[in-house]
Amino acid sequence: MLAVESVSVSLAGRRVLDGLSLEVTAGEVVAVFGPSGSGKSTLLRVVAGLVDVDSGRVLVDGVDVTAVPTHRRSVGMVFQDEQLFPHRDVAGNVSFGLEMAGVERGEREARVAEVLAAVGLDGFGGRDVSTLSGGEAKRVALARSLAPRPTVLLADEPLTGLDADLHDRLAVDVRSVLRASGTTTLWVTHDRAEAELVADRSVSLLDLGSRA
Amino acid sequence: MVALVVVPAVNLVISTLDAGALSGALGDERVWEVVWFSLWQAVVSTAVTVVIGVWPAMVVARHRFRGRAVFIGGLTAVFVLPTVVLAAGVQVVLPGEWARGASAVIVAHVVFNLAVVVRTVAVAPVPVGLEDAARTLGASRMQVALRVTLPLVAPALWSAAAVVFLFSFTSFGVVRVLGDLSSSTIEVEVWRRAIRLGDVSGAAVLSVLQVVVLAAVLVVTSRMQRSRGLRGRSMLSPVPGAWSLAPVVAVAALASTPLVALVWGSFRSDGGFSLAGWRAFGSDEIRPGLRLGLDPLAALSASLMSAVVATVLAVVLGGLAVAVISVTGRSGAWLDAGLALPLGVSAVTVGLGLLITFDSGVFDWRASWWMVPLGHAVVAVPFVVRPAVAAVRSVPGDLRAAAATLGASPVRAWWVTVGAALRRPLAAGAGLAAAVSLGEFGATSLLSRSGSETLPVVIERMLARTGGSFRAQGHALAVVLAAATMLIVVLIDRWRDDRVGH
Repeated sequence: MLAVESVSVSLAGRRVLDGLSLEVTAGEVVAVFGPSGSGKSTLLRVVAGLVDVDSGRVLVDGVDVTAVPTHRRSVGMVFQDEQLFPHRDVAGNVSFGLEMAGVERGEREARVAEVLAAVGLDGFGGRDVSTLSGGEAKRVALARSLAPRPTVLLADEPLTGLDADLHDRLAVDVRSVLRASGTTTLWVTHDRAEAELVADRSVSLLDLGSRA
Repeated sequence: MVALVVVPAVNLVISTLDAGALSGALGDERVWEVVWFSLWQAVVSTAVTVVIGVWPAMVVARHRFRGRAVFIGGLTAVFVLPTVVLAAGVQVVLPGEWARGASAVIVAHVVFNLAVVVRTVAVAPVPVGLEDAARTLGASRMQVALRVTLPLVAPALWSAAAVVFLFSFTSFGVVRVLGDLSSSTIEVEVWRRAIRLGDVSGAAVLSVLQVVVLAAVLVVTSRMQRSRGLRGRSMLSPVPGAWSLAPVVAVAALASTPLVALVWGSFRSDGGFSLAGWRAFGSDEIRPGLRLGLDPLAALSASLMSAVVATVLAVVLGGLAVAVISVTGRSGAWLDAGLALPLGVSAVTVGLGLLITFDSGVFDWRASWWMVPLGHAVVAVPFVVRPAVAAVRSVPGDLRAAAATLGASPVRAWWVTVGAALRRPLAAGAGLAAAVSLGEFGATSLLSRSGSETLPVVIERMLARTGGSFRAQGHALAVVLAAATMLIVVLIDRWRDDRVGH
């Protein structure tokens, strides 16, 4: 589970988050929605350890990780613009986190195939990431984050930029993938309808203590 | 233009086809010694430059900080310094036994070329988002650097390395000042054969050999330079802490030391502080009544004269070439590539080609005063043409059409669109051509006749003499030359920035 306790953050002299608190219980998918510039991405980056807090705490499974560096937090993140590694193929991207965790090769390959199948990209392993369509790239990004079995998954507007039809189909798919894997997920979006479609529970960032 | 670049090149190749010269040169042990030195010192210079330069380059590529522009501009100013001047500075810094030989040459090449690495990497996009992604996937700082950043920045590093290798491999002025008998590049050997030994065909074989080795190296490295699909420029973030500027400070100190040392050296003679170097500034006497055979003031005016003539020539020739390239299509591309030739082919080779071409019965202009500025102009033409061609290409075709629909005649339409885009790059190119001419040493060494030496030639001779006061005088002259070239480059830079501001 994930707990954010009265976190305040300033970026470039502007207070972005002001005493924000939030809890996500184990296996729950919580969506936070809010207008752009309201600090949604900052919230996720705080949980990931990519942004330092001025005050407050972040707890993962009851352990205070506020001072723990990103790579030891067991927190996966799906980025808005995917951030797939251009120098690795699809399988290379998905196996990156497993390599960092020191998983053995055979086990790694099996896990890569398993997650790729889960997101509906069976047999895509050898593809160059620059040849993927928008929807496929989003699926690969999700698979890559899920592969090392993170304790908490963070999703930063992961479906933004798709056309409406594809967006809705992918939202349903992602929901079932997250359900099946039982991953504790914090999902942020500007789209309230998307939040309600994907999540078990959705909250407005403005109610949580944002300054925007 | 064809007469100045293509004909000399062809003549150069023809004169190597003489079987006797070919086997004579290739059978000479000295030749292979020189080839070997050129290669290994260039590889070492390149490796050291990249390894040192990559640290400040990454800081400059990621962060904004006070003095960032000054740092880049300063390195560039060092890069455009006349080779003889920088070599003189390095000589002052290095202690006795190190001041001459392979290590001195390598140190000078590194200081020179740090700007290449920093500038190339600084404009390449840094994968900040991908680094964050890797961290959320459990990669430590070290793993991020080795598995994500390095592979993605590698193409920029390789292209910087190729340029540094090219400059180090064909190094001339630095090696003339800092090299010794066992540390001589092909470029210096070409000059030695052509001028000292009068063996022009042997020199031609060597310069063709140099071009072949260069081409091979560049073909191999061009495969490494293919970018991996990173586009755009990364946003600059504030510096995380003062300590992270350490590589910038260290490299700034390294790059500025030779210049500071040069000024210091100009005030020293006979082991103490002295104004002798500056007092003797224009003097050509060893002691009253005994002449040196080198006249610094005449050299200064010869340099200025060459710079003016070479600049006019380079701009006229370059301007014509740009006009032709902009009007013609595919054939223009060939001209474009052909004019870049002097960049890769090295100045001594340019000088040798002109020497061979204009020494024949038909065009016996070898002794003409304008041979030196002509050589400078050929070396400087790429600096005029490249930015100008880029500017012309950036003019949308519809702009001219728009001017025409508004009633402009074809000539007028060209003038208000392409002509307007050309003015600034051509003027900046003129400034660069003047700076190149002032410091040019390679082509000059082959083309200048005694009595019309330019400043770099005189400086090199003075430094080669023993005796403290000559050294100090040479350093004083070098300081003046350095100041002149840096002033030109700083002015060009300021002026370009002005434009961005408007």
